[in-house]
Amino acid sequence: MTLYFLNFVLLIIGLYALVVKRHIVKKILGVAIMEYAVNLFLILLGFKKSGIAPILTEDMDLRTFIHTAVDPLPQALVLTSIVIGLGTLALMVAMAIRLYERYGTFDMDEINRLRG
Amino acid sequence: MGALLPLFTAIPVFSAILMLIVGKFDKKNFPRIWSILTSLSLLFILAAIWDKGTIIHEMGGWKPPFGVVLVKDNLSQFMLLIVNIVAFLTIIYSYVYMKKFEDYLRFFTLFLFMLAGMNGVVLTGDLFNLFVFLEIASIASYALVGYGVDAEELEASFKYLILGALASVFILFGIGMIYSLTGSVNMADVARFIIKNNLGNNNALLMATGLFIVGFGLKAGLVPFHAWLPDAHSSAPAPISVMLSGVLIKVLGIYAFIRIFYCVIGITPVVSNIFITMGVISMLVGAFMGFGQDDMKRMFAFSSVSQMGYIAVGIGIGTPFAIIGALFHLLNHAGFKSLLFLSSGAIETSTGTRNLSELGGLGKKMPVTSAASVIGSLSIAGVPPFNGFWSKLIIILAAFSAGYVWLGAILVLTAFLTLAYYLRFQKNVIFGEPSSNVKDAKEAPLLMLLPIIVFAIFCLLAGIFNGWIISNIVIPAQSIILDQLGYISSVMGI
Repeated sequence: MTLYFLNFVLLIIGLYALVVKRHIVKKILGVAIMEYAVNLFLILLGFKKSGIAPILTEDMDLRTFIHTAVDPLPQALVLTSIVIGLGTLALMVAMAIRLYERYGTFDMDEINRLRG
Repeated sequence: MGALLPLFTAIPVFSAILMLIVGKFDKKNFPRIWSILTSLSLLFILAAIWDKGTIIHEMGGWKPPFGVVLVKDNLSQFMLLIVNIVAFLTIIYSYVYMKKFEDYLRFFTLFLFMLAGMNGVVLTGDLFNLFVFLEIASIASYALVGYGVDAEELEASFKYLILGALASVFILFGIGMIYSLTGSVNMADVARFIIKNNLGNNNALLMATGLFIVGFGLKAGLVPFHAWLPDAHSSAPAPISVMLSGVLIKVLGIYAFIRIFYCVIGITPVVSNIFITMGVISMLVGAFMGFGQDDMKRMFAFSSVSQMGYIAVGIGIGTPFAIIGALFHLLNHAGFKSLLFLSSGAIETSTGTRNLSELGGLGKKMPVTSAASVIGSLSIAGVPPFNGFWSKLIIILAAFSAGYVWLGAILVLTAFLTLAYYLRFQKNVIFGEPSSNVKDAKEAPLLMLLPIIVFAIFCLLAGIFNGWIISNIVIPAQSIILDQLGYISSVMGI
C-alpha cells in the first residue's frame, strides 16, 4: 500500500510541475515524471515480492509457478508505453528548441501571442 | 472477411513508410498521388465490409481474453465511414492547398499515420490497444498542428502537446486501474467481469471513470478542458483543422467515451449527469466565445466546442432517441464543419487574410466557395431544410421527452446564438461591398473546390433525406450502443 501511495505522490509531483511551473523545460520534466509514475504503477500491479521471471521451464511445478511468477502483461504494456513516452518527449523537446528560436525565451507566460 | 480489418491500419502505415522511401526521389507528385490512392483503397475495403454485421478479427489467432481483437460492429462502421470519407476529401483538397508549405512528403506521411491511428481507435476491442492507436493519432496531430513552424503555430502545437500528453497519462492510468480490478484489458472481458461481479460502485472503477472523463474530455475539447482547441484549430493548416475538428476530437473523444462508458464500464446516472453538465457548459461557452472572435477559423473552432456540447448532451441523456440525435449530429458536424474549414482555407489562400473585419463582398469574387460557406453556416445554425436542423431538433425533442425541460430551453437558446454569430460571419465575409483585400481575389482551383462542393451537397442531401440516413446508418450504430450484453457476447463468442 505504501508503494502505491508513494507512486501517487510521484504522479502529483509531475502534475504540479506541469500545471504550476512556467519554464517550458520544467513542464516537459513534469510530463516525463507523470509518465514514469504511471509506468511504475503498471509495473507495481504485476509485482510480487521475491517473485521470479514469468518463464515456465519443464522442471517447474505449475502451482508454485503461478504463485511466485510476476504478472508478465503489465511488463509488456510498460514497454510499449515507454516507447510512446519517448516519442512524445522527443517531440516536446524539439518543439521547445523551435519555440526558443522564435520567441527567445523558455517562459510560457511570455509565449502568449495566441489569446487563451 | 475478418482478415480485412487489420488493413485499415496496416495500409496507411505501410504506404506512409513506402512514401518516405520512394519520396526521396520524387518529392512533388508521388506523395500526393500515392496518398489519394491509399485513402481511396480504404474506402473500397470499407465498402466490402459494409453492413456485414459484427466482424471479429483475432490478431495472431489468439482467442479474445488473451489476444488483441479487432471488432467491426455497426458503431465502428459508422465512425469508419466518417473518418475515411473526410480523410479522402481532405487529401484531395491538400493536393493543391499544401503548395504554399513546399513540403508534401512529411505532411502526407504524418497525415496517413494520423489516419491509421484513428482507424485503429475505432476498430480495436482492447483497452491498451486503444491507448496505443490514440497516441499514434495524437502524436501525428501534434506535429501537423505545428506544421508551418511559425511562432504562433509552434505555440499552439506546444500547448496542445502538453495537454494531450496529460490526457494520455490520465487515460493510461485509468486503463491500469481497470486492469488491477479485472485482470484483463480486453473490453468485452472487462465488461463481463464488471457485470458478473456487480462492481458498479467499486472505488477503483470510480477512480478509472474520473480519469477517463478527464482524459477523453481533454481529447474531445469539452469545456473545461477546451483550452488547447481554439489555438490548435486556428493555427493548423486548413486540411488539418478539418481533420481535427471534423474527425479527431470525435474519434478520440466522443467515440472513446461512448465505447468505454456504454459498452465497457456501463453508464451510471452520475456519469450521465457529468456528460450533460460538460455538454451544456461547452455549448454556452463555445457560443459566447464565438461572438467575440475576429479570426474566422477561431470562430469555427469555438463553434466546434459548442457543437461538441450538443453531442455530449445527447449522449448524456442516454435515451435511444437522444443517442440517435447525437450520432446524427456527429455525422452532420463532420460534414458542415469540414466544409467551413475548407472554405476558410480557400478564402485565406485567395485573399491572404481570415479576419472578419478585413473581408467582405466575397460573394461576387468567389461565388462557389461563398455559396458553399453559406450552405455550411445555415446547416450549422440549424436552418431547415439543412441537416443541422434535423439533428438539433431530435436532440431538443429528446431532452424535452426525457424530462429535462431547462436543458431543452438551453439547447434552443444555443441554436439561436449559433445562428446569430454565423449570420455575422456571412454579413462580414460574403455579402456587402468588396473590401480592399478582396479586390483581386480569384476563385479557388478546381481540386480545392471539389471537396467543398461534395460537402455542401452532403449538407443539403442529408437534410432532405434525413429519414433514410437515420434509419440506414444511424439507427444500426445506436442499437450497438445500448446493447452492452450483445457486444460482450458477440466478441467473446458466448
